[in-house]
Amino acid sequence: MKNRLVVIGNGMAGIRTVEELLSASPEKYDITVFGAEPHGNYNRIMLSSVLSGEKNIEDIITHNRQWYTDHNILLHAGEDKAVVEINRSRKCVIAKDGTQAEYDRLLIATGSKPVIPEIPGKDLQGVISFRDILDVNTMLEYSRSHKRAVVLGGGLLGLEAANGLVLRGMHVTVIHTNPVLLNRQMDEQAGGMLQQALEARGLHFKMPARTQELIADNKGHVKSVRFEDGSELECDLFITAIGVRPNMQLAQTAKLYCERGIVVNDNLQSYDPSIYAVGECIQHRGATFGLVAPLFEQAKVCANHLSEHGMADYKTLPTSTKLKVTGINLFSVGNFLGDENSEIITFTDPAFGLYKKLVIKNNKLIGTVLYGDTVDGSWYHELLEAEQDITDIRENLIFGQRYLPTTESTHE
Amino acid sequence: MSDEQTELKSINTTCPYCGVGCGITASIDQAKHQIVIQGDESHPSNFGRLCSKGSTLADTIELKSRLLEPSVYGHDCSWSEALDMVADSFMSIIKKHGPDAVAIYGSGQLLTEDYYVANKLMKGFIGSGNMDTNSRLCMSSAVAGHKRAFGSDTVPGCYEDFEQAEMIVLVGSNAAWCHPVSFQRIRAAKESNPDLKIVVIDPRLTSSCDIADLHLPIAIGNDTILFNGLLNYLNQHNALDQNYIQQHTEGWSDALKSAQDSSSSTERLAEQCKLDKQDVELFFKWFAGHKKVMTLFSQGVNQSSSGTDKVNSIINCHLAMGSIGKPGMGPFSLTGQPNAMGGREVGGLAHQLAAHMDFSNPDDIDRVARFWNTDHIAQKPGYFAVDLFDAIYDGKVKAVWIMGTNPVVSMPNADKVKQALQRCDFVVVSDCIAATDTTALAHVKLPAVGWSEKDGTVTNSERRISRQRALFKPAGSAKPDWWIVTQVARRMGYEEAFHYSSNVEIFREHAALSGFENNPQQHSRDFDISGFAELNQDEYDQLQPTQWPVNKAHPQGLQRIFADYKFSSPSGKAQFISIKPRSAGNLPNKDYPLILNTGRLRDQWHTMTRTALAAKLNQHKPEPFVEIHPVDASHYKMVKDTLAVIESPWGKMIARVQITDTQQQGTLFVPMHWTAQYSSLGRMGALVNPVVDPISSQPESKHTPVRIKAYQPAWNGFILSRHPLEFSHPDYLVKVKGNQFYRYELAGETMPVSWRAWTKNILCSASNETPQWQEYTDPAVNKYRAARILDNQLQSVIFVAPDINLPERSWLTSLFEKPEFEKEDRLAVLTGKPPLGTPDVGTIVCACFNVGEKTIQSAIKEKSLKTHQDVGQCLKAGTNCGSCIPEIKALL
Repeated sequence: MKNRLVVIGNGMAGIRTVEELLSASPEKYDITVFGAEPHGNYNRIMLSSVLSGEKNIEDIITHNRQWYTDHNILLHAGEDKAVVEINRSRKCVIAKDGTQAEYDRLLIATGSKPVIPEIPGKDLQGVISFRDILDVNTMLEYSRSHKRAVVLGGGLLGLEAANGLVLRGMHVTVIHTNPVLLNRQMDEQAGGMLQQALEARGLHFKMPARTQELIADNKGHVKSVRFEDGSELECDLFITAIGVRPNMQLAQTAKLYCERGIVVNDNLQSYDPSIYAVGECIQHRGATFGLVAPLFEQAKVCANHLSEHGMADYKTLPTSTKLKVTGINLFSVGNFLGDENSEIITFTDPAFGLYKKLVIKNNKLIGTVLYGDTVDGSWYHELLEAEQDITDIRENLIFGQRYLPTTESTHE
Repeated sequence: MSDEQTELKSINTTCPYCGVGCGITASIDQAKHQIVIQGDESHPSNFGRLCSKGSTLADTIELKSRLLEPSVYGHDCSWSEALDMVADSFMSIIKKHGPDAVAIYGSGQLLTEDYYVANKLMKGFIGSGNMDTNSRLCMSSAVAGHKRAFGSDTVPGCYEDFEQAEMIVLVGSNAAWCHPVSFQRIRAAKESNPDLKIVVIDPRLTSSCDIADLHLPIAIGNDTILFNGLLNYLNQHNALDQNYIQQHTEGWSDALKSAQDSSSSTERLAEQCKLDKQDVELFFKWFAGHKKVMTLFSQGVNQSSSGTDKVNSIINCHLAMGSIGKPGMGPFSLTGQPNAMGGREVGGLAHQLAAHMDFSNPDDIDRVARFWNTDHIAQKPGYFAVDLFDAIYDGKVKAVWIMGTNPVVSMPNADKVKQALQRCDFVVVSDCIAATDTTALAHVKLPAVGWSEKDGTVTNSERRISRQRALFKPAGSAKPDWWIVTQVARRMGYEEAFHYSSNVEIFREHAALSGFENNPQQHSRDFDISGFAELNQDEYDQLQPTQWPVNKAHPQGLQRIFADYKFSSPSGKAQFISIKPRSAGNLPNKDYPLILNTGRLRDQWHTMTRTALAAKLNQHKPEPFVEIHPVDASHYKMVKDTLAVIESPWGKMIARVQITDTQQQGTLFVPMHWTAQYSSLGRMGALVNPVVDPISSQPESKHTPVRIKAYQPAWNGFILSRHPLEFSHPDYLVKVKGNQFYRYELAGETMPVSWRAWTKNILCSASNETPQWQEYTDPAVNKYRAARILDNQLQSVIFVAPDINLPERSWLTSLFEKPEFEKEDRLAVLTGKPPLGTPDVGTIVCACFNVGEKTIQSAIKEKSLKTHQDVGQCLKAGTNCGSCIPEIKALL
């Protein structure tokens, strides 16, 4: 008889793990998946493209219901199918509507929840976050009937939301507490160039600025934002995009050990060896996750362990960033700010929209920021992961792989 | 040429560079002030061929760099004010201190007419012998040697002899670079007659060795030992023409005795000259075995403290075999300058008087005085170049007038020359170029016409007088040198003697003087052009290239002299000179263990005042360099392409290291051309010892004890800029003009605090511009690069590195030729390398057709080219002047 695997969370991390498992040991498990959204699996990171109108929902569905059927996976999807309890002693999970499933192995992939700032007015109508298809639909509705949007957060998600809403015809202001946009991915110069480029596309910025309060109209709908400096900004739609935190409520209730996320070992096992966790809900060696690349790596390691194919330790590697705003190319990876022991190589042509920075330590690339020309991003990423000594190629490193010396340049 | 015409007209003239004296046909566009240059196919010196320098003359006639207005103490003024100032100052100094307190220092660049009046003024009317010329630096040993052997400064043969000879010996001559058109003629002779033996005697393995059957890399300065040995050998091996020796020469036995004394054996000789004994024997055997032998010699012979002896040791061998005065034979002096010989004809050297007469003969003095109708004539020689500037330094000469030359660069111990002029009460400089190291020290600057405006005659190495003709009206207020001298002379009270209103009047007088009392009864002189004494303006303007003498006996000129065995010595016989070899004036020692040799490059001329204006000519060797043997290089820790400091007891220079076994161990070579205008520390003249030949007073420019050490700057770099830049000198700075760009090679001992600030300060000329900047920084390894862009056009780039690891300049420089800064280029510019798919031509090898080393290499590879002719057919490289053929061969 096959083992039973239950997956909580029908998102990118969970389904990627299932896929990896199907390819590694197709016959090993009977698989049941619980999902709180009424869809198959979709590519959450493409939601901005749906918002901006470059794609529609169908384009971003990665696994439709037929796929589950084809792979003999039992899918419980919809609001009612949200799992509300893990009974570890009985090794079973229970959904909101009472659906139960027993497991030999359980995989938690509940993802993350948007961080909602603790400001007065956060529960007003017209205040939303940007997390799922529902949020996108809400924004699209507002864009048809309202003018002014304010996005709280100048990170990747916030800028993508803001750009999408501008393309949908709204007047959008981005509020950011840091003077540098994308300050977790860009340095000051690249952030400044990005801001200029976005301003040219019609985005407005108020930064650095702190929000004090959201003010309601007489119907309980947000009508303006008040800032700590006393200024106010009219607002029909207020989107919070200041980050996410692991969704670990269910695990906590089941008394699994959690800190900032569900704590897992290098095999993605929680403190209960029959329960695994992957994705944005976990905490691995102190780190939590918000980007897609490490999730895929976790899926691979986890599937490997579930297949009992021996050990393949998960290691957190530097993750690179891209902003999905068409026509704006930026890339960063690693420690792009550097420290007092690192060395910095720069290449700039601001009038041409180019900025590149490489951070070098002990003759190895430890970080990079690219703005304008990102074709070499993945190459730098490889060099960084491989910890390759760059002494011999330092001279032309920043100009990209095509300028790698084939013969040494010499003085004439 | 008074009226502005739009139609192109064609004028035949001559090249202003070396002594080959090539004819040029210039098509002139008056309106645009442009010319197209071609070799004059009818001119017997070159039959249409030109070298890289001559071919690019059109690029040197720009007016930007010209001196266009007279100035006195830094203020532009009228001609009359400037001329008054010169005349008054000279007169008041003469009045107070006597005529010997003033001097004129002329140049082989002056035309015969200019030279004649300058010499006449100084020696005939001011009454001092103090007229010397830069020919002292290149030809005076040849002059003295000719004079001792023949009784006159006569070159016996002609260029046609190259084709008739059975053997040609090049001594101390890199003709391939210094006299390229003559060299190509020899190459062609060798190709059509493979039996023609060619021997090159030169301490360096030069491009001239390319066609040599035998190269004797003689230790610098030992030529007299070698040729004494040859004389001895000729005697021992019955190669003498006894009949000739007895009937037409004197001094044979003394000369032979000295030759026998100078080296005990061929082994000993080979050891002294650091030559292979077999090579020496082969050379001797060949020389003895051919009657039709020519020995071509140049600065390697002349620029020596034994220069005159070297010349005579060569002539001795020709006299001994009677190999002189007939087709295909004889000693042949390759002259340095276009009119060095013309200068000698008028008496431009301080020991000469005029028309091949000199101060050694009182009858000559009287004869010239009568001809000039003067009672002021000088009675004795004046100061020779080196002594002249010493006398200025010491305050004995208080006023000097320098015409068309740049002694602050070209003289030995040049820093002292600079100080001498700084101390001098009154310095007048006539020049066509505004900014030279010498005009910088002038109190009065007089704008002279330059090539393309000059009009008169010049005489080349084979005694051929050609017309150099004006192509344009004088630029600005420039005037012919003869006019300037004449005006000053009149202001000094010599109206009658300087009544000239045109160049032809001067030429006629010069021609008349050459024939004046020129006969066996009074004083027979080879130099006789009395056949020209009656020329009218038209005939003068139509004058065809003619070899002197031109007189009743030879109205059409004469190809070869001494065919009649008549010499100008008192006895009418040629003179053997007894030669006792001497070592150089200053020998290497513990502190200065190396010997510095100097010389010309292929594509530059003298002090670069004109050639550096032609972008093409600056690409072959863009920077001052020093050549050093690999063994010495490793001993002194020299690394290729780094900088080195070379020091002598007299001065120092900085040059880029080139390691080559074409250089002998223990010796260095540096080019002679760089000035302070183009390099901060590239003036080789500062190092050269002020030792002179005791007879000719020619400086020993090819043998100075020096030491070398690595120059270790904190940073190296270069700037390429569309427009010339003004900046405070980094420690090392070389300026190179290119095609639509200026290149600055830099090195400094201290880093600026901010490269960005330093760069912007230098590269931003106008404050109202808003350039775009591209920048590359890697401060951890001290690298900085930036590009300045204006209106989508590349304006300038800078590359800085801690070492010499900087990209090649060739692709970067090509960007300045493009009207727009293309995107691909912009993305690649700070790599210094072309974007993929763009060919990188490499260092320019062929200056005539601008063909680069990498282009040639890839053509050789792809098309399997085997010979330089194949390369020429494919790329045209090497098919014009041919002086890059050795380099093409090296690539093959």
